[in-house]
Amino acid sequence: MKNLIVIIFAFLVCQANAFRPILLLGNQNLIERTCKQTPFYDLCIWSLKSNPESRDASVKKLAQIMVDSLKTKATETLDLIDELLQDGLALDPEMQKALTSCAERYNVIIRGDVPEINEALKTGDYKFAVKGANDAAIEANSCEIEFPTKSPLTDMNKVVHDVSVVAASIVKIIQTKFSF
Amino acid sequence: MVDTKPLLPASNSDGSYLTGSRVNSLKPIKVYLTIFCGLLAVGLFAALLIGNYWSENARIHGSLASSTSKRTHPLRPVSRGPAQGVSEKTSGIWAGVSRGPAQGVSEKTNRFRAGVPWNILPEPWNSTMLEWQRTAFHFQPEKNWMNGPLFYNGWYHFFYQYNPNGAVWGDIVWGHAVSKDLINWFHLPLAMVADQWYDKNGVWTGSATILPDGKIVMLYTGSTTEAVQVQNLAFPANHSDPFLIDWVKYHGNPVLVPPPGIYKKDFRDPTTAWLTSEGKWRITIGSKRDKTGISLVYDTKDFINYEMLEGELRAVSGTGMWECVDFFPVSKTEEKGLDTSINGPEVKHVVKVSLDDDRHDYYALGTYHEKNGSWIPDLPEIDVGIGIRYDYGIFYASKTFYDQNKNRRVLWGWIGEGDSEAADMEKGWASLQSIPRTVLFDNKTGTNLLQWPVEEIESLRLNGTEFEKVEVKAGSVVPLDVGPGSQLDIIAEFEIDKEALKKATGSNITFSCQTGGGAAKSGALGPFGILVLADESLSEQTPVYFYIAKDSDGDLKTFFCTDLSRSSKAPDVDKQIFGSYVPVLKDENLSLRVLVDHSIVESFAQGGRTVITSRIYPTEAINGASRVFLFNNATETRVTASVKIWQMDSAFIRPYSDDDDKDDDDRKSSAPCLL
Repeated sequence: MKNLIVIIFAFLVCQANAFRPILLLGNQNLIERTCKQTPFYDLCIWSLKSNPESRDASVKKLAQIMVDSLKTKATETLDLIDELLQDGLALDPEMQKALTSCAERYNVIIRGDVPEINEALKTGDYKFAVKGANDAAIEANSCEIEFPTKSPLTDMNKVVHDVSVVAASIVKIIQTKFSF
Repeated sequence: MVDTKPLLPASNSDGSYLTGSRVNSLKPIKVYLTIFCGLLAVGLFAALLIGNYWSENARIHGSLASSTSKRTHPLRPVSRGPAQGVSEKTSGIWAGVSRGPAQGVSEKTNRFRAGVPWNILPEPWNSTMLEWQRTAFHFQPEKNWMNGPLFYNGWYHFFYQYNPNGAVWGDIVWGHAVSKDLINWFHLPLAMVADQWYDKNGVWTGSATILPDGKIVMLYTGSTTEAVQVQNLAFPANHSDPFLIDWVKYHGNPVLVPPPGIYKKDFRDPTTAWLTSEGKWRITIGSKRDKTGISLVYDTKDFINYEMLEGELRAVSGTGMWECVDFFPVSKTEEKGLDTSINGPEVKHVVKVSLDDDRHDYYALGTYHEKNGSWIPDLPEIDVGIGIRYDYGIFYASKTFYDQNKNRRVLWGWIGEGDSEAADMEKGWASLQSIPRTVLFDNKTGTNLLQWPVEEIESLRLNGTEFEKVEVKAGSVVPLDVGPGSQLDIIAEFEIDKEALKKATGSNITFSCQTGGGAAKSGALGPFGILVLADESLSEQTPVYFYIAKDSDGDLKTFFCTDLSRSSKAPDVDKQIFGSYVPVLKDENLSLRVLVDHSIVESFAQGGRTVITSRIYPTEAINGASRVFLFNNATETRVTASVKIWQMDSAFIRPYSDDDDKDDDDRKSSAPCLL
């Protein structure tokens, strides 16, 4: 009997490591709770969970992950715009004008909004993080409506817009609920 | 990996299988080992299953990922040029430039491009529209970001938060400007930069205190290299320099660090100090505990060593972080300002906070108890942070200072932009200061402060036009011919039909400017007022108006609003409706004053009881096309308006040059907030 107890005890000790992912379900709850307070739950969950750094993250770190995602998506979009613009003479002038205008807006997101959000998150003056994120959403939306007919950027503009909105929501959570 | 051992079920029993005969002593150990491995195997398998399930959940939404990483290609067959390998860093630069080898401009320098025009502007903006937006008589830096004034002394000094690197917030240092009259300004060199570990991440808000011997001490918040908020001491390098160009930071900085229980990022914006009856200096610093906004109190004799008082000046739950706290006395009986140290029975004390959560400035009137450094509001239901706002539009990080030369208390606020940051970066600047306002206790209502543009603004008035008793029938618009409408000072008084007030139908719907539908939604007794920055066809217009609401009991309540919903055809600008209830006393006519200065409109109702500042970005109602109208959209009353409109000259706001005189007036004042 005593031996059995020893075996079972050893078993439990060895299993602890294997069950670690489940013990961390605690943080899954934080991600879910946080995303529930954003307008795009699915996008929020996916963006956070697909980043391994979200596993032990605080809300502030989740916000940072979201902002990094924003930068990545915006950069991808800008790369696409550049690619489309290189078709040059093959594009009709209205499309070219809209794409060029969009390129400028995405420049602003990457070189203006994202650094502003990062500095605000670092120093704790959160309203500027919210401002930067809200502005990124406006820029993405403004790009989308530039196209008189079919926009080649609809999916990407939507992602950038929604990611910005989610980032702003998460920062608002930090700002109004937590002390970090 | 499933390993079903026949012994497994047996091990769950009480071990009876062990009663079987054994041939040698090794057999039991083997048995135990087998059981152990079995359990291990099962356990690992279980962990694997659960782990798989968890990541499976995450992958359900993987479709989102795949769709966005796929690149959409135009349908036309295209020839790919050599520019396949455009790197991430350089890809944005040549937007607007025709294809060619990508330039190697680094990310950092591109952010500094604010002010360098890009070739194509985002729709619908063109350079005429953007250039028009710059104001003529409001303080703003030559370029880049600015927020909050901090100011002091003789030459009215202006120390303000400035980003030398771009038209968005960041890299904050102290800009500096001086003025004789609060209207015309000289830009001076940067006063303080982020050159110490204790302010490396930002030289933030501070306040100056003038000592009895005339010397100035400056306390300001620095964001350290670790992004901790600390308070630092600085003073002018040369007190006899009227321009206070150079500043020295105290070698023993920081003088205050976040106390226990206060988070390191919730401790900023020290106030001007005031004297206690014990002869010590007292300051207050905003902070929060959880969601309760608080203001901590410290006493000091030398501005270097501090004792923190128990408790707080005030705490209000649910308000969040208190920034830019301001604390000052107002006279109950006299129409003049008071030095910050004054106290007594003829005095009320104002506490003002800037709420980080909603970016609005709130104030409340109350009584200061010096003994324990606390303050109690007159009306707790409109305590600071939950009651009256200085301004119901865009107005933040404001603070007052006592102007000893003219015995007045002057308020200054930071006005942010309402357009996109793309436009800000394109035009190369962002933010301005409100016109300085005098602050007085409104002893007629007893509950409000009155704000009014400083009298010096009137020196900019050029030709004025008067319109006496213009009748504006229900549902009509009357043009006021005053010439171009971008720089105006408008004063108007409105008389309502007394009979109509009595007869009008009441409603049980509670009115508010924000939900009232704007100037286009008619009511029995409103809206009526003026339209500014409006073009001839009214395709763009900014109504500033009153709305008298009558409830089902017949009680009248007046509201003062500004409606931005049709202020511009551009889709990427702020288009809210601002405003609030304004107290109107029995025999008062409705009166307003509006300062129009290009992209800023400051509106004052009832002598400044309720104020609204808004940012307007028209695409058509600019330059010569901008007009002023009277309008009355009420259904049951006509309105009689008397209006006086002046064209406003531009102020000079420019860098100081050696040709300018250097006067040394002996004016003293203390310093308001800077954020």
